[in-house]
Amino acid sequence: MRASLKLVVVVGGLLSLGACSIQPWVKPYERDRLADPIMSWDRDAISGAYLDHVYESREGSRGATGTAGGGCGCN
Amino acid sequence: MTLVPRHLSRLAALAALSLICVAGAAVLPDDRADLFYSTYKGGGMDITGESVLVRKKFSENFAVEANYFVDKVSGASIDVLSQASVIKDERKQKSLSVDYIHDKTQYNVSYTNSTERDYISNTTHVSLSQDMFGDLTTVSLGFTYSHNTVGENDGTANVPVISWLGHATSRSFEGGVSQILTRNLIAGVTVEVITDQGLLSNPYRSIRFLDPSVPLGYSLGTQIYPNTHTSTAVETRAKYYLPYRAAASVSYRYFSDTWGIRANTIELDYTQPVSNKWIFEGRVRHYSQNAATFYSDLFPFAGSQNFEARDQNLAASTNNTFDGKVTYAFAPQGFLIFKRATASFDVTRITFKYSDFRNIKYYNDTPAGGGYLPGTEPLYAFDAMVYQFYISMFF
Repeated sequence: MRASLKLVVVVGGLLSLGACSIQPWVKPYERDRLADPIMSWDRDAISGAYLDHVYESREGSRGATGTAGGGCGCN
Repeated sequence: MTLVPRHLSRLAALAALSLICVAGAAVLPDDRADLFYSTYKGGGMDITGESVLVRKKFSENFAVEANYFVDKVSGASIDVLSQASVIKDERKQKSLSVDYIHDKTQYNVSYTNSTERDYISNTTHVSLSQDMFGDLTTVSLGFTYSHNTVGENDGTANVPVISWLGHATSRSFEGGVSQILTRNLIAGVTVEVITDQGLLSNPYRSIRFLDPSVPLGYSLGTQIYPNTHTSTAVETRAKYYLPYRAAASVSYRYFSDTWGIRANTIELDYTQPVSNKWIFEGRVRHYSQNAATFYSDLFPFAGSQNFEARDQNLAASTNNTFDGKVTYAFAPQGFLIFKRATASFDVTRITFKYSDFRNIKYYNDTPAGGGYLPGTEPLYAFDAMVYQFYISMFF
């Protein structure tokens, strides 16, 4: 319980820092490469979600892949 | 239920409060329409998938996405085949998602309905993400609730009879941070805790236990699962922009759950554009897991444990994926109302190997089955091929 309260305080504090004016070390005009579509985590949502479903239906693990879906894949 | 979800909901409330005073602007992705076709073949199953996705911005702050997906399944996996029931089914999944941006905060609400003859799932998802620290950091929090109705198809070819067996609910709590580290490098971490309650076993899969009274030496029986399940997955990832316009990424995921499964997933991706018309991508993925504590390929007798499972998903296994994809911009200058359009073809090969799940469909105690005693049959393994073809139009 104490550990979880500490976690709440630390994360809450970090999130609150978002309101402060921290100088970004990568300026907006330096982000052209990061804005290139090849740097996207998930360029094609249908394909990514489909493969996640393929894995989730055949493995014991799940989660932290960023997709929310349904279905059983029981057969 | 564990304390974790309560903690996470507190975090979500705190995060929401702390973000109110932040100023700035985030951007919604481009409008797009996708037509998708896929086939999966492996392990006795043939599945074709067809999908349509449309995403449209109605203002700079508000976008709607609709997706319709149909999976057609014929055949069945090895443990289902071991009970001699071949099943044809169709899964229809409809989803609607709404994005709203206010300053640097993006809100998302989505609803998904997935219907099969023997399984109905309704999922609601809410999330928010916030850009901060000069837009170098994005923090996201999400919650998903899913209600599932579980049935069993008797396998009758034309007019199957469905027995509705019960319900299962699932709650997922997700948090993530994405961080720009340099002008070429972005990294992220995501944590997701999922808790399930209800009927969690797969009705098509059975345990097997030693039975000297029958010629095979074993019999099949009903699986008994716990009615709760909580899992935690943590994924870290990084993507790097190479000096010659290409991208390389690496991700690692650790998974653990209350059923005793621990799993590791590592994935490497490489993306190489050629001119403005072609993008080539390669991906390798390695996955491994140990077995659930109540899993066994062969129990000494029926009812030998409180919980008993012989679902291949709960067995110790590894799988490796090799994936190649090519995307061609066939209308880079646009046509009609579209700014540009691309066609993509993706080939994926996945090899599955099990270290405590045996192939009892083709091998058994009889001379025709190789004369294997129960528990000595060859371990099961199979290869799957997945083909995807889709057209994406941006407008």
